[in-house]
Amino acid sequence: MHLRRVNPFKEILRPLGQLLIFIAGSAVVISAITLLLAVLLRPTRIDIDILQTTLVLLPQVLIDGITLGFMYAIIAMGYTMVYGVLEFINFAHGEFVMFGAFAGVELLIWLNAQGMLKTAELGLALVWITLAVLLGMVVAGSLAVTTERLAYRPLRGAPRLVPLIAAIGVSFLLQDTMRFLQSAINGDFYRTFPEFGPFAQRLTLFTVDMNGRPIDVAIQYKAIMLIAFGVVMLVALNYLVNATRLGKAIRSVAQDQKTAALMGIDVNRIIALTFLIGGALGGAAGVLWAFRFTRVDPYMGFIPGLKAFTAAVLGGIGSIVGAMLGGMVLGLLESFSAAYFSIFSRGAFGAEYKDIFAFGILILVLIFRPQGLLGGKTTQKA
Amino acid sequence: MSAQATSTNRFLQIFSGPFGALLALLYAVGVTYVLTLDPRSLLGRLLLFSALALIYFIPQRPAVKFLLGAMLVLMVVPAIGLRNPFLLEIGFQVAVFATLALGLNVVVGFAGLLDLGYIAFFAVGAYLWAFFGSQQIWHVDEPPGTFTVYATFPFAAWWFWLFIPLGILAAAGMGIILGFPVLRLRGDYLAIVTLGFGEVIRVLANNLDKPINLTNGPQGITPIQRPPLPEFLTSPELLATLSRWAGRPINANDVYGFFFYFLGLLILGFTIIIARRLDRSKLGRSWTAIREDDVAAVAMGVPLRRTKLTAFAIGAAFSGAMGVLYAANRTFVSPETFSLTASISILVMVILGGLGSIPGVVMGAAVVTLLNIDILQSLSLQLSSLRQGPDLIPLLGIPWKELPTQLDPARYQRFFFGLLLILMMIFRPEGMVPAERARLELHEEEGEAIPDAELEGDLAPDEKLAD
Repeated sequence: MHLRRVNPFKEILRPLGQLLIFIAGSAVVISAITLLLAVLLRPTRIDIDILQTTLVLLPQVLIDGITLGFMYAIIAMGYTMVYGVLEFINFAHGEFVMFGAFAGVELLIWLNAQGMLKTAELGLALVWITLAVLLGMVVAGSLAVTTERLAYRPLRGAPRLVPLIAAIGVSFLLQDTMRFLQSAINGDFYRTFPEFGPFAQRLTLFTVDMNGRPIDVAIQYKAIMLIAFGVVMLVALNYLVNATRLGKAIRSVAQDQKTAALMGIDVNRIIALTFLIGGALGGAAGVLWAFRFTRVDPYMGFIPGLKAFTAAVLGGIGSIVGAMLGGMVLGLLESFSAAYFSIFSRGAFGAEYKDIFAFGILILVLIFRPQGLLGGKTTQKA
Repeated sequence: MSAQATSTNRFLQIFSGPFGALLALLYAVGVTYVLTLDPRSLLGRLLLFSALALIYFIPQRPAVKFLLGAMLVLMVVPAIGLRNPFLLEIGFQVAVFATLALGLNVVVGFAGLLDLGYIAFFAVGAYLWAFFGSQQIWHVDEPPGTFTVYATFPFAAWWFWLFIPLGILAAAGMGIILGFPVLRLRGDYLAIVTLGFGEVIRVLANNLDKPINLTNGPQGITPIQRPPLPEFLTSPELLATLSRWAGRPINANDVYGFFFYFLGLLILGFTIIIARRLDRSKLGRSWTAIREDDVAAVAMGVPLRRTKLTAFAIGAAFSGAMGVLYAANRTFVSPETFSLTASISILVMVILGGLGSIPGVVMGAAVVTLLNIDILQSLSLQLSSLRQGPDLIPLLGIPWKELPTQLDPARYQRFFFGLLLILMMIFRPEGMVPAERARLELHEEEGEAIPDAELEGDLAPDEKLAD
């Protein structure tokens, strides 16, 4: 760890630039492939013009993909940071996401019951959402720290599969604990994100002329919000890890625990803090996920968790920048495959195959480039 | 060191010698008596299980233990099963899941490859017979729905016997197909990829109702044929005799209960023998070698690729056979049987019993299956009967009626599995009936009786460093 002076502006601008490059790059590449496919497949369909359909859908698909990508990237941070420090896949991370989501949604439902949400203008609605996200972060973060203390710390130094199996256990336990809590208190185990504020409104960016038919390219306020939250969180995390004392401590523990301890770093504390940060990010992502998809249930965290892990591996596990890239690529791929797979295959294969896409990518990456897109040396240690 | 010697304690010493054998026999007879008093009691079933476990642990000669165990499994269970077919059903399910757990044990316990999508191979076997043993072939061009059932089937019922080996082959083939790409991965990466694979199989089962209807989607395939019973088993005289013994009418459907119970036991028996032979074979030692340190194993000439692939193929083969049997037993197959929870529940069986330990895995399968289909269900029934009554919940003072139905214990399998996994990992990672090697590694400080040289040879180098 070489010493260097930190320029705060640079530390904020750099991740912003990286994010922009990742979004633009993967969006352009994936759109280009899709359009190429559309051109190639155009002669096979006479009932509809595939190319035109593709183009009409494209802006919405891109926005969906980017918002999804931000969520995967934020969740992937939890995996990648914990992996960086402990070389351990925290299987229960998806459940931290789920707990965060429930915390945020419960808060909003309570506020709604008080009648506080009905009249909310954009500004006030933003405050409530931010509050919900913060609560989600607190709940998920403390849950992550508790889990680490009770279930993972006793297993540090055990053979590799032991903590992994315990993490699977934690994941299952947390799912049913939430189910039990919800059932006991509310009588049913899922909740719905209350509708409020002007988030469903659309902001028309520009209008394109498609064969004489004007088509609005619009973006929902909701999507803008999700992207804004995503940017803030990823930049803040980058700043925290790259430009603060705590970040330096985390990086040194990730590099070599024993040496870090010799340098006076309290390794246990840093590991707990890593879980806290990762868990808090997961909780925030959970609230955003609930905001986006409205329904929360105890099993909601599992598949996003798995996908975010895929994103982390795709970018190169252990690398924060890599997780951002992997999240973006995966989010865009998923949104594209959900939208276009069915059109391109004449409805023979539906959007359900998007999960197969994600896992297929995971397998391909692990075979051909196990260090991930941005990973340098191999990350597979025995 | 044998399993008896390691688990010897004062309590089990009572059961040594001829007097001990008699005591065990008395216990078994007592359990049988309890069961005859009330064939439906959960207590009776738990006692039966405890008797079987006790017989395994007591310090007696293998022949004596085998005889006692066979008496319970082959005579008492079917006899009680005449009056309560549920006992046979539990027995069949234990046999199915014990076989699955033994298969997973080959992959995880012997070869050290954590497979979280193991249920996929079970699904392959089940869907194989579901597709060919039902009328689905005639419906491939139709959208999913409930189809009219015709009198005949494209394949006659006796093909079932041929589909057991076919199921084995198909599942083993799938194991190899999955194995190829993931060979290079280790530990946790492998776990995630196999988990993804399991999900992929489930998604496919859910969605392969179009473009051609192979699986009938989420509705599942039914009816699936059962193998034909030999004629003498369904003769009116035999049924009449059985009905007299049972005190209730016995029909051909009940006979199927016995049939599947014994068939399940037979396959389980074969599986145990194969697993034992494998464990002590050259291949088994190769698995141990790659599990402990694959670099060193390769250096010693173990073919890594082939060894890992055989582990996948053999582990998958066990569950392929059981998949075919399961589909025939249920006469219905749908994707929800093959969820991640099912994969993890099999992992729980293996971990609970002891990674790499054959008797442990069978016992783990019995415990988890009992928990799953018997204990939790009984608790749920108990709760729902309380819900009918006017009583109040103690301490809370709310009537039972107002307890949400969502709180049924039977819905909280994951909670118990999760708790079991965490507790086992923290307090007893080697399982209830540990394999010898695992016990040596994980409880080094207790193994004073073991010569140092033996320990040295058994420990992987990095574990020694860790201590």
